[in-house]
Amino acid sequence: MSTKMPLGKGLNAGLRAAMEADDKVLIMGEDVGKLGGVFRITDGLQKDFGESRVIDAPLAESGIVGTAVGLAFRGYRPVLEIQFDGFVYPAYDQIVSQVAKLHFRSQGRVKMPIVIRIPFGGGIGAVEHHSESPEAQFALTAGLKVVSCSNANDAFWMIQQAIASDDPIVFMEPKRRYWDQGEVDTESEPLPLHASKIVRDGTDATLIAYGPMVKTCLEAAEAAAEESMSLEVIDLRTLSPLDLAPVFESVRRTGRAIVVHEASQTLGLGAEISSRITESCFYSLEAPVIRVTGYDLPYPPSRVEEEFLPGLDRVLDAVDRSLAY
Amino acid sequence: MPDAYVADDPAGAFPLVQLLTPEGERVSHADYSYEGDDEAIRGLFRDLVLSRRIDFEAHALQRHGELGLWAPALGQEAAQIGSGRALLPQDFAFPTYREHGVALCRGVDPALLLGLFRGVELGGWDPVEHGFALYSIVIGAQTLHATGYAMGLTLDGEVGRNDPERDAAVIAYFGDGATSQGDVNEAFDWAAVFNAPVVFFCQNNQYAISASTERNTRGPIAQRAGGFGFDGIRVDGNDVLACHAVTTAAMQKARNGEGPTLIEAYTYRMGAHTTSDDPSRYRDSAEVETWKLKDPIERVKRYLLTQGTPQEFFDELDVEADELGKHLRETCKSLPDPDLAALFDHVYVDGSTELEEQKAQYVAFRDSLEPEGSEA
Repeated sequence: MSTKMPLGKGLNAGLRAAMEADDKVLIMGEDVGKLGGVFRITDGLQKDFGESRVIDAPLAESGIVGTAVGLAFRGYRPVLEIQFDGFVYPAYDQIVSQVAKLHFRSQGRVKMPIVIRIPFGGGIGAVEHHSESPEAQFALTAGLKVVSCSNANDAFWMIQQAIASDDPIVFMEPKRRYWDQGEVDTESEPLPLHASKIVRDGTDATLIAYGPMVKTCLEAAEAAAEESMSLEVIDLRTLSPLDLAPVFESVRRTGRAIVVHEASQTLGLGAEISSRITESCFYSLEAPVIRVTGYDLPYPPSRVEEEFLPGLDRVLDAVDRSLAY
Repeated sequence: MPDAYVADDPAGAFPLVQLLTPEGERVSHADYSYEGDDEAIRGLFRDLVLSRRIDFEAHALQRHGELGLWAPALGQEAAQIGSGRALLPQDFAFPTYREHGVALCRGVDPALLLGLFRGVELGGWDPVEHGFALYSIVIGAQTLHATGYAMGLTLDGEVGRNDPERDAAVIAYFGDGATSQGDVNEAFDWAAVFNAPVVFFCQNNQYAISASTERNTRGPIAQRAGGFGFDGIRVDGNDVLACHAVTTAAMQKARNGEGPTLIEAYTYRMGAHTTSDDPSRYRDSAEVETWKLKDPIERVKRYLLTQGTPQEFFDELDVEADELGKHLRETCKSLPDPDLAALFDHVYVDGSTELEEQKAQYVAFRDSLEPEGSEA
């Protein structure tokens, strides 16, 4: 059955389904209960599942993640909401030193089935610390898995898959796409959580993106088509582990690759993806892999974020540069 | 009474709970008492002696190059055994990296404690089987884990049923330095807000590596609890009977569903922070000599001797300690080095293609190397 809903509602429906399926699933975070979260992603869940399963936390991010470690020890599956990307750093130690490592340290005796939801990225005109893209900082941490949804259907399914995973998952939600409508198929078998997907076929170059930039890349491909350029668009969906086999297959066909993300360029995911494409597709490449990213600045004041963030024109400019080789 | 940390407690609001003086005399306290008989005290004495032997052997093994590091608990045996023996099987303890005596109480083979320090393990025992989490090296992080676990106990209904077989609580161990950490203060707040069945057991051993307690707190540690909305107790941390009594009371209160307690066990780290530091650089010998007079083991021995405990008991314990020492020495050297290839399998429950590829690359590279001595 297919239903149209915004991405944020898809997440809400997915959380609800996961809570109904397993009474060990708990939601914890700041303002997730009565308010339903600042983005209303947990709207109505406390009312239906009670205060012991949707827990309004004290205002302390390390506490949210650290107590979830103990709850996971006890057999619970905590789903944590970090209110905004820029507020995750107080919890960074608990995430990378504890959540990520306990399964490894215990030689598999302890599982940490924790989901850490982070609304990330810019484009909503927010104040400082509300528009960051820290995904690479988690993707480079062994023991964590990192995913990002780009549409309502993936939001609905991927959050359920993340909760069902016995590994800790950092779940990056593209906050500027929360209100974007999409069809959600609540019955068909979804893609595996850790699989990338070709979301538009093309032959001249491959655009590789995730989260909020998938829509931007699709719009760029649409614009390019009007100028008779055929761009393939891949939604990575999983950032750690990366599923690059479909990327390699695509780049071998098109000969050109452009990686697009909002996060800063240096040591961002684009660097890893470019390197891996070069290692695997060297003899197929007609041009160097090009990155289109945020600049290496702290996130700027919102009045200039449209210039800071990769947009349609910067993506098309990169395509032109690639095709010029 | 021993000196009462007056510098930090001018109002004397937190006098030390003491039930056994350094001279080995039992004294009474208005609120706490040790309920065990002399046979039980002999059991505590045995644990004290064995835990000190673990320390002695591990220290020697480090000096012989068998361990990369050791964190000695010398002087803190009473705090650890007194609190550790107050736990029930269904309770859960979250330690730092120095709780060797508590590990003994939780039934962990002491030889397994050596793996982390030998560099062959990052843990070494099954935390769930023993109700004893892996050692936490990040200061204070485990206090939040303990609080979360305690919240889970409440959610599971394992608290406040007046069922001594099932009602459970959690104990979190940390030092005086940890009280400067945000995580510890978040854990206090969280535990109070959720009325979590957790006991915070601070071994104030006077030093965070080289920084004295005064560098980490300007008020009595026990007093912190009041600001968070729960009770704080200061106990003579070198008095095993008092540590047992206050921990027993606090754990039972938690099991009853009456919330958290902070215990400050006022003790002294007789040795170094770890075998890497030199305490003579940051504290004077007179201070150490003063604390030697409060030794947690000697005072129990004095008490047991005045009660007519036969020499045979002490002789048999010496033999048992020697056997434990032998076990530690022999097991330490036989702890196997980990297989790097096997470590790839424990990063994730569900694995990943990338890791499988890296494992295959590693194994192929390793196998391509000529075996040692083959060139001959």
